[in-house]
Amino acid sequence: MFDLIEKRRWFFTISAILILLSVGMLVLTQVRFGMPLRLAVDFTGGSLFVLHFDGPATEPAIQAVFAANDLPETIIQRLGRPEDNTWQVRTREVTPEQVRAIFSDLAEQVAPVDRDLSTYESVSPIVGGEVTRAAGIALAVAAIIIVGFIWWSFRRVPHSVRYGASAVAAMFHALIIVIGFYALMGLLQGWEVDALFLTAVLTVTSFSVQDTIVMFDRIRENIFRYREEPLERIANRSILETIHRSLATQLNAMFVMIAIILFGGETIRPFIATMLTGMLVGTYSSFGVAVPLVVAWEQAIERRSRKAKVL
Amino acid sequence: MERRDRILLIVIALLAILAVYVDLNIDHPAWLENLLVWQPEGARKIAIRYGLDLRGGLKVSLVADVPEGQQVDRVSMETARQIVENRVNGLGLAETIVQIQGGHRIIVELPGIDDPELAIEIIRGTAQLEFVDAGYVPLMKGTVVTTTLGGPRLSKSPVGATPVTPEATPTLSLGPATVVTETAPTTPTVPSNVYETILTGADLDQVGLDRDNLGYFIPFRLKAEAADKFAQYTASHVGQYLCIVLDKEVISCPQIQEAIPGGDGRITLGDATYQEARGLAIQLHYGALPVPLRVETATTVGPTLGEISVEKSIRAGIIGLSIVLLFMLVYYRILGGMADLALLLYAALNLALYKLVPVTLTLPGIAGFLLSAGMAVDANILVFERMKEELRAGRSLRAAMEVGFRRAWTSIRDSQVSILIACTVLYLFGTNFGASMVKGFAITLAIGTVINLFTAIAVTRTLLRVLFRLTGNWLQSRRWLLSV
Repeated sequence: MFDLIEKRRWFFTISAILILLSVGMLVLTQVRFGMPLRLAVDFTGGSLFVLHFDGPATEPAIQAVFAANDLPETIIQRLGRPEDNTWQVRTREVTPEQVRAIFSDLAEQVAPVDRDLSTYESVSPIVGGEVTRAAGIALAVAAIIIVGFIWWSFRRVPHSVRYGASAVAAMFHALIIVIGFYALMGLLQGWEVDALFLTAVLTVTSFSVQDTIVMFDRIRENIFRYREEPLERIANRSILETIHRSLATQLNAMFVMIAIILFGGETIRPFIATMLTGMLVGTYSSFGVAVPLVVAWEQAIERRSRKAKVL
Repeated sequence: MERRDRILLIVIALLAILAVYVDLNIDHPAWLENLLVWQPEGARKIAIRYGLDLRGGLKVSLVADVPEGQQVDRVSMETARQIVENRVNGLGLAETIVQIQGGHRIIVELPGIDDPELAIEIIRGTAQLEFVDAGYVPLMKGTVVTTTLGGPRLSKSPVGATPVTPEATPTLSLGPATVVTETAPTTPTVPSNVYETILTGADLDQVGLDRDNLGYFIPFRLKAEAADKFAQYTASHVGQYLCIVLDKEVISCPQIQEAIPGGDGRITLGDATYQEARGLAIQLHYGALPVPLRVETATTVGPTLGEISVEKSIRAGIIGLSIVLLFMLVYYRILGGMADLALLLYAALNLALYKLVPVTLTLPGIAGFLLSAGMAVDANILVFERMKEELRAGRSLRAAMEVGFRRAWTSIRDSQVSILIACTVLYLFGTNFGASMVKGFAITLAIGTVINLFTAIAVTRTLLRVLFRLTGNWLQSRRWLLSV
């Protein structure tokens, strides 16, 4: 039998490296942008333009138009391929008068903007705080419910605390890595944390906890079926028995997600990519973190009690 | 075939036919659409509703601009909503939405708008109250007019003013001894399009509401400066009509009974109800909105951009689902084939529900649907993996299947419950501050999850039972078909 549990030190090392990298990304973002994650205008307030020009444009030219309209602080980025002529501009909250002036100035000084292919969003800075609070509450409520759900699922298993704690640890492990991934993409692609990011994180968390629970379920069943076997073997057996299911499900969800990323609209690409990452990391943290943690916990306690006997 | 299976099979077939019929992009008969009694009357239709991100347009969220902690009462909010709706209606767009959200927010959605900046200005602008000179021809309530006063012009093409019927004519007078005159213009003519503004809301000092044996009336007092102007005007225009116009829309058109010196006057409303009278008093009193509104967020999406998004999503969906179907068929062979049938029914049922409920589809909503379709086979996979184990252990086809469904049930239930919990949290989060994106995703994912319980369990199981009964021993000896 292929032994995954025996290689748990490898898994723990990989996880530690991934977590360190994630924290590193957050620190790097903090240094560059003054906050650990780049927050979208939903949270900070401000305006976000996606401008589709009819001809080529340059960053300084766009910057000049915004500055001339009393918006000196802008973050300008090109979207898609150069020939798409699509640019994203982020600035503080704008008034309708400013928008009108900006569009006419851009047409004169840069290139006409195709309004049919452009969008803008403007959020007052006051609402940002409220949304942030609502998001915080949503995350807290979700976390409490998920932890409660785990506790409820394992209430009849011997040492249920160990399973629950390991599942929660695996969940946070996945969460940190997903956030780190998003921070990385924020640095590379300018992805910003918006309400959809939170949605992706919440959805993925519930999926990945589910994965862990299915594996633990199997362990619970196998403990009674193979009473003479050590937990290490039972755990490994359980992983191998359930991994088919995990991978098959993930594969199907992944087919759909990759199709959306490749062929779907650009606006939800970060959303879907976050879910895809979350799903991969979630599955990995089920067999690579949650189950090995339970085994490690049991062995640590055994070792201590053996030591106690020797003494 | 057992009786129960036969009935189930018929039910499934009927559902499939019904779903496909609803899904078809044809004109469904009107009587059928009228059966959708839960949809608002007049707007009942079997069609997909696209959100603003998919059809393009403007979405504005207005919030009551009151100090933190202060409550806004529902009546004021409703009045404010009504006023905003009037302004929006002046833009002459179809399928606009103006609704109150979470007690102190008004959400305005304007699909297919040409000039979003103008619309924002009009929506957020303080409403302009005017008294305009209508000459001898009263104007019908609701008429949109152009006046000599500048400011936001609501309608690009002012509606030709329509004379009112004499019974509905309120009167404007000095004291309590008002007589409602029944005199009406003899030859109603369509007046010229520009009316002279005599006074504005800024000239009003006090406004009240009272009633006597003739009905409700609104006493008002003008500011000193305006009082003189008003006295002169009324003295020279007795018998003519002075219309009260809010945001260029006529809300009342009283006749001048006598000269009104001193700035005290009253608007007699005749047979108006309390609600109407109060509404008018509020509008006069606040000049505009009973609560100050602030533009909180404004989002515009170009219409072509929305179309492209729909196209791309459909393409992505077809590709993604085809791969899932193919994968299931290759990996689980005949079992997968049955799961594929269930998945197709699943997709048809979802789309049908979106049309019937109706669910407004947004881009994340479509993603939620596609994702739930990808996850929908999860339940089948759980069952099939169990089945294969049981078959390897030497059980018969039927026994293996029944055990597979029974054993996998707890896992399936748990996973669906956890998804539904996540959906609930997301939905509440999305509703509370107007993140319709989040809400759209949560709704489609939740609907998908519930439908999945039916298709992945009831449908697949019935299909397999029938299949096994028909092919029985033949299939038992051809295990490669079952991918065992």
